[in-house]
Parts: sequence; structure tokens; C-alpha cells
Amino acid sequence: MFTKNRKLNEIIGNLQLIWKEPLLLVSILLIFYFLLTFVVFPIFQVFKASLIVNQKIDLSNYLAIFSKRYYYQPFMNSMILGIYTATLGTIIGFIFAYALTRTPLPFKNFFRLTATFPIISPPFVVALSAILLFGRAGTLTPYINKIIGDYTIYGLNGLILVETIAYAPTAFLVLYGILQAIDPSLEEAAMDLGASRGKVFSTITLPLSTPGIASAWLLVFIQSLADFGNPMVIAGNYRVLSVQAYLQIAGMYDTSRGATLAILLFIPTMVAFFLQKYWVSRKSYVTVTGKPTGSTIKNLEWYIKLPVYTSCLIFTAIVFLFYGTIIHGSFQTLWGVNPALTLKHYVEMFQVARDYIIDSLTLSSIATPIAGILGIFISFLVIRKKFIGRGIMEFISMLTFAVPGTVVGIGYILAFNQKTILLPFILTGTAWIIIILLVFRNMPVGIRSGIAALQQIDPSIEEASTDLGADSNTTFRRITLPMIAPAFFSGLAYNFVKAMTAISAVIFVVSGKYNLITVAILGFVDNSRYAQAAATCNLLIVIVLVALGLIQLIVNRIGKGVRTIDIIG
Amino acid sequence: MKQDFLLLKDLVKIFGGGRELTIAVDKVNLEVKEGELVTLLGPSGCGKTTTLRMISGFELPTSGKIFIDGEDVTNTPPNQRPTTMVFQNYALFPHMTVYENIAYGLKIHGEKEKNIRTRTEKIMNLVGLKGLESRSPAQLSGGQQQRVSLARSLIMEPKVLLLDEPLSNLDAKMRVSTRLEIRKLQQRIGITSIYVTHDQEEAMTLSDRIVIMNAGKIQQIGTPQEIYNYPKNYFVADFIGKANFLVGKITKKLSEKALELEINGNYLKITIKQGSFKEGEKVFLLIRPESIELTSKKTNTLVGKVQQIVYLGSRLMYKIEMADTILTVEIGNPQEHKIFTEGEAVTVSFKEENLHLLPYEEISN
Repeated sequence: MFTKNRKLNEIIGNLQLIWKEPLLLVSILLIFYFLLTFVVFPIFQVFKASLIVNQKIDLSNYLAIFSKRYYYQPFMNSMILGIYTATLGTIIGFIFAYALTRTPLPFKNFFRLTATFPIISPPFVVALSAILLFGRAGTLTPYINKIIGDYTIYGLNGLILVETIAYAPTAFLVLYGILQAIDPSLEEAAMDLGASRGKVFSTITLPLSTPGIASAWLLVFIQSLADFGNPMVIAGNYRVLSVQAYLQIAGMYDTSRGATLAILLFIPTMVAFFLQKYWVSRKSYVTVTGKPTGSTIKNLEWYIKLPVYTSCLIFTAIVFLFYGTIIHGSFQTLWGVNPALTLKHYVEMFQVARDYIIDSLTLSSIATPIAGILGIFISFLVIRKKFIGRGIMEFISMLTFAVPGTVVGIGYILAFNQKTILLPFILTGTAWIIIILLVFRNMPVGIRSGIAALQQIDPSIEEASTDLGADSNTTFRRITLPMIAPAFFSGLAYNFVKAMTAISAVIFVVSGKYNLITVAILGFVDNSRYAQAAATCNLLIVIVLVALGLIQLIVNRIGKGVRTIDIIG
Repeated sequence: MKQDFLLLKDLVKIFGGGRELTIAVDKVNLEVKEGELVTLLGPSGCGKTTTLRMISGFELPTSGKIFIDGEDVTNTPPNQRPTTMVFQNYALFPHMTVYENIAYGLKIHGEKEKNIRTRTEKIMNLVGLKGLESRSPAQLSGGQQQRVSLARSLIMEPKVLLLDEPLSNLDAKMRVSTRLEIRKLQQRIGITSIYVTHDQEEAMTLSDRIVIMNAGKIQQIGTPQEIYNYPKNYFVADFIGKANFLVGKITKKLSEKALELEINGNYLKITIKQGSFKEGEKVFLLIRPESIELTSKKTNTLVGKVQQIVYLGSRLMYKIEMADTILTVEIGNPQEHKIFTEGEAVTVSFKEENLHLLPYEEISN
């Protein structure tokens, strides 16, 4: 009874506090409304659609999961692909992270940049390149034919190759952070106590990074499951969930079956996400403080250096080969047939895809700052404010991060092609549906970087502002925002990259009026116009690099006054 | 001068829920006079910082009330309370200059630019920060950062100034000089202040009154002298300064204020300064180490053996093994005294007025 009263008192007390800051209250309510309408409602619509067969509520879709081949086969295929990709990607990521944090590898920055490059490139560039290299008219196909005989790049093997290259960087980033945060003095202590290099690795480094490895594995697994662009280009007859769901809806107009496939994709992704977020991260011994610990790299034995360095070199060479092929391919008259250099694909690209490019740029430029500000504001509320539903707010906004694009895309067409209580007008076919989708899909990035930045800033700095008379919104604007500006801008950069390279969700909501560059590339690939596709990919990569460069410039400029955070905070 | 300028009434704060319930602050009652500096002193986790944060508004009390200058502020948000806080780590805004930091509060309140300038300059002179206006906090020494933090709070002319272990990030020497400065400044402005610390010496030198807290409860409120000389219970006596505790029994009540006491077969007469005791009650007899005198004469009744000698420079500390206890004895100005050797038999003596009786309690070590 006592506890109950106390809880109630606290809730009332907190309510009274918020009530005295109407602006904060309105912000919170508004954000809840947005999250409900643009995150929860679409997913709910997918669930609903999967339960409706012939306009009646019916469990038959779910009852058919284990009996109907068109359900269980893509499910099994996606799982197999995910497991392979996650395992290979994590191994490569770990080797890279180890090389960069624990060995005197020369040109570290070069290796780091190469290892992370696939993250900023459009998702299916690697698949496109694989076709140019290993496809029927591939440059390397004749040589490989000589060694292993006939083969096809279309299918599971090609997908594993392509997704490993595309998603190993994710594993690398996670493990790089973890390995960097492990205090080298622990390893030195072990060595000091008589452990050999191998023993140090197996008894200290590896156990300490195990949660990180699990985390990386699950994240790559999620990405592989959700991947749409690569399987669309290279899966051939190997059916995966994301592509099958799309084909059911866009090709067969079978919403019910498409939604069910989407749910089949949704469930394992969520399981992996929760394992990663709540189980694995709780097991972690390493607190990532953002402050790299001083590393002391002693002379390593050659038998460690040799395999590690070789692996790094090989992977880097592969990345160069794949992206180089895209550049090379965009200038060849006809790939594999006529190698004469030409600019005509670029000219054609601008003729055919001009509107797509403009739309992509405009819509991404509108969505990016909205997603950025919303993301950072939500992270501020979640980390620093007390209100009822704070946990729910964090949960929902992180949810969009894990939900596969295909599920979100299907949800959006189902939810916004009619007027509802939540939204009294139709969004389908407008530019807004694309912008909103981009905002809510990319916002979690801003939230994550915002949360990370806020956790490094001592809350007493903001309390000092409140204490001196500023309300929550003023404190956010004048104190919090300037301090987390670098995080905000890098969040923006990442948002923009994601918006420009998005495909899996937006492919459902594009229309004749508003279309996107990634959809155009996919169209080129579909018509086997690989050179134009490559040219457009290059343009996209250049746009993304320019945007990243610009934002880096801004961060450097404003960063000067802000870098003091570490010293004081 | 108002007697209850700051008033805490039955303040309770409970953290957590279910099985992991922590009572951080347990029915705290406190009246602070206008212009007074009161220190909340206690070991870490005693609830002192939570109490301070409830006064500032950063924590809401589970129950109880807070009044400042007669006004109930229990549910007032921190930005609307007439309090300002000096944070333990200063919490300076890293992206603002010293001047901007100090002027921030006035700016928020929409003061005129001219007014802000004169007031900021004035306060900067007052705390000795002149000439550092355009520095960024990172370019300041710890002591200077501390002053900025103090100036930023003082400029708001709060009704109550709150200081949360403001000196704990300074080195030992700076701590001593800064606490004297803070005290002088506080008395000059006459600002009501609540000061949280776990450093008893700091509390002793700074405070008008000290509130000793333990496990969320107030153990004693009093001036530094009262707390040191007449602690109310074992915790206070043990927490403040060094103390010897002898267990005794009251054998006879001679009058309202005078008792006869038995310790290990020795009988003592003692006047009580605080509390009341019954005949036959078990008590602690508190003797501060500096109140004990050692002699080689064997006339007195309490005899012991020197077990250990520790030279502390200005003082000499002995551990004296008695029949059933070990006494700590401190001798000031060691050069003027005879120094005993380990194993030597000594007689322990003390003046009756330096003895203090405390209720007996089971001490778990």
C-alpha cells in the first residue's frame, strides 16, 4: 500500500512538473502522436493484413507457414543466408578490428576507410559489381570457369559473397569500438603474469570481446535478413523473404500473402534485435566511454602479423576490385563485349534518370534535418527527462531501427492509402509519404548518436542551466544542442546517406510523380543496362561523399569550441 | 532575521521499487535561519546529496514539504525555485566563455544587456576572476573553475545557495584556502547556504551549524563545538574526530546532573551535559584522545602499557593497551613532553569535565 501510494505520488509529482512546462508537455504529446501514427500504426496494419484472407479474419496464413512451400522456403533461405553472412562478416570484422587496435599495422587510416566504405555506398552496388565481375559476361568468369568449371553467381553463393562484403563493415565498427574500449593494461597484466600472446588472446581479449562479437553477429544477421537490394539483383532463383514479400505485393497484388511474408521477416529480426539490445549488451564487461584507452603495442610475432595483415590486404583488395569495377564498367561501351571507353552512359543517365536524381536530392534534403532534430530531441527527452511513457518512447523510436524496410514499406502503403482517425488525409502518392518514411526510418540513427553524446555529458551541466532559471526547451536549445552539435551533424550525415541510398522500404511508396534514384538504378539492372546502373551508382556515391565532406567541414568548424567536453564533462 | 528561512518538514525520499527499495532520506526535519551556513555532513550514501537535490528541485520528495522564505516550493520545478547550486564538478558550460557562463542566468531571465554587464563584472571582481572574461572553462585551473561556478550561482542572488561538495575536486592546499574564502564571502553577502560535504574538517571550519546524517536520518544538529564536544550518540562521536569509548555502568544517581559510574572496577563521578541516564544503565564513556594525559607515576587507578607510537609531526599518537580495551592518546607539541617507549607502563589520567556520556549501543564491526 505504502509503495503504491508512493509511486502514485511520484507520478503525480512528475506530472505537476511537466504541467508547469507546457511546451515540454506539448512536445512529448506530439512525439507520441508521431510515433504512434508513423511507426506503430503501419506495423499494426501489416499484422492486420496478414490475418485477413478474403476480407475475413482468418488464421489460415499462419497455419500454412509450415505446410506451404511459398512460406517456409523463403524463410529457411533467409535464415541460411543470414547465418552465413553474419558468421563470415563477423570474422572479417574482428580480424580488421584486431589489426587496427592491437597491431602496428601501417596505413591504419587507409584500412579503416576502406573497411567502412561499403556502409556509405548504396546497398546493391556490390551485387551489381559481382554481376560485372562474375556474371555471364563477367570479366573474371572465364578464369574461374577454368578452375571450378561451370557456376552461376546468381543464388546463395553469390548472395553470401555480396552481403559479406556489404555488411562486414558493420561488424567491424561494433568490434572496433569494443576492442578499443578494452584497456590494454589488462592484456599487459596477463602477459606480466606469464601468459603467452596466444594465452592473452584466448583468456583476456576474446572473452572480453565475446559480447561484442555476439552483438556484431546479430546486427549483421539483422541486416542480411532485411537486405532487399542485393537479393533483388543477384538472388536468381534463391527466394528470400524481403524480395518475395515485395513481389507478392507489387507483382501479384496479394496483400495478405505479402504481409504474412513480411511478418515472417519481422519476427526473427525482432528476436535478434532484442537479444542484441537487452541480453548481449547486458553481458558486456566493457563500458564504451568514447575515450580510447592508451594502447601500447609491443613487437608482435610474425606468425600473428602475417595472417592478420594478409586477411586485411585481401579484403581491402576485394573492396577496391568491386568498387573499381563499378567505375570501370560505367565507362565501357558494352560490358564484356565492347571495352571502348565512352561517356554515353552518363549522358543517358541524366536523360533517363534526371527526375529521379532531383527527387532523391530534394526529398532527402527535406527529410534529413527533420530526422536529425527529431532524433536528437527524442534522445534528450529519453535520457534527461522524467515522464510517464519515457521507456515506451525510447522503445518505439528504436523499433524502427530494427524493423526490416520491407515490413515498414508494406505497412506504409496499407496505413496511408486511406483516411484514418490518426491521419485524416491520404498520403499515398504524395511526396510526404516518402519524406515521412525517410524521417522515421532514419531517425533512430540520430537518437543513437544523441544518446551516446548525452551519456558522455555530465547531466549537472544541464541541471546548472535549469537551476539558473532556464526551462527544458531553453536548456535544450542553449546548452544541450551546442554541446552535442558534433554528434548532431554526424547524425545528419548518416541520415542523408541512408536517405539517398534507401531502397527496401521506399520502393513501396514511390509513385510516378515522385521517384528515387535507387529505384532508377534497380530499373536499369532489371533491364540489364548494367553500365547505366553503374554510372548512376557512381553519381550517387559522389553525391554522398560530397555531402559527407560538407558536413565534416561544418563539424570541424563548430567543433573547435566544443571539443572541450571531454576535459570538463 | 527569519528563524525558519528554509524549512524541511518530514522529508522522505525513497528510490527504486519492489524489493530494491532504498530509503535515501528518512523523515528529515530542519530549520535554517536567514544568513546561516548549515552543513550536511555524513558518509557517502547517508542522504545528504539527495536532501540537497530535493531542496534544489532536481529530486521530488516522496513525502514531506520544503518551504523557502515561507513559500511552499515542494513541487516547484528547479528553474522556478529561488535556489542556485554550485555543483561538485562545477558543471560549467563548455561551449561558453567565463563571462557567458556567469551571465547565463540573468540572460535567461531577460535582464537588460547593460544590467547584465555591470552585475557580471561586479561578481567577477568579488570572486577574483577579473580579466578572465573571455577564457573558455577548459583554460582555467580547478580553483578558477570553482570560482566561476560560485559566481554563476551568486549572481542570481538566490534566497538559498546550495553547495554540493564544491571543494572535492581541488587539491588539499587549495581546499583549505578556498573554504576560508567561501566562508568569508558567504558571511559578507549574508546568504543562506546549505553545504554538503563528507569532510568533517571542512564542515567544522565553515559552518554555523552542522547536520550529521547517517542512513538517511539526521543524527544530530548543532554548532561545530556542540557536535564535537557533546555528541548525542556513538555514530556522531565516532564520525567526528577521533574517539575512545569505554563501556561503563551507572551505579548511582547523585543528583539530576551528577552520576557515579563504574568502569572495570573503578568508580568515577561525572556531571552529565546532555541526555538522561538511569541507574544501572550501560553507557559509553567518550574521551577524546587529546584529553588524555600520560604519566609514569603509578598513583592513579588506570594503568596501561604503550603498544604503539605514531609520530604525526605536530602530534604524537599512542596506542595504550588497557585491561580490556585499547586507548588512543594524542599529545600535542611532542617536544615538550616525555616520550614513552613501546612496552612501557603508563598511567592514564583525564579531567572529569572532558568526559562525555553516551547511551550504550551494540557496535557491529
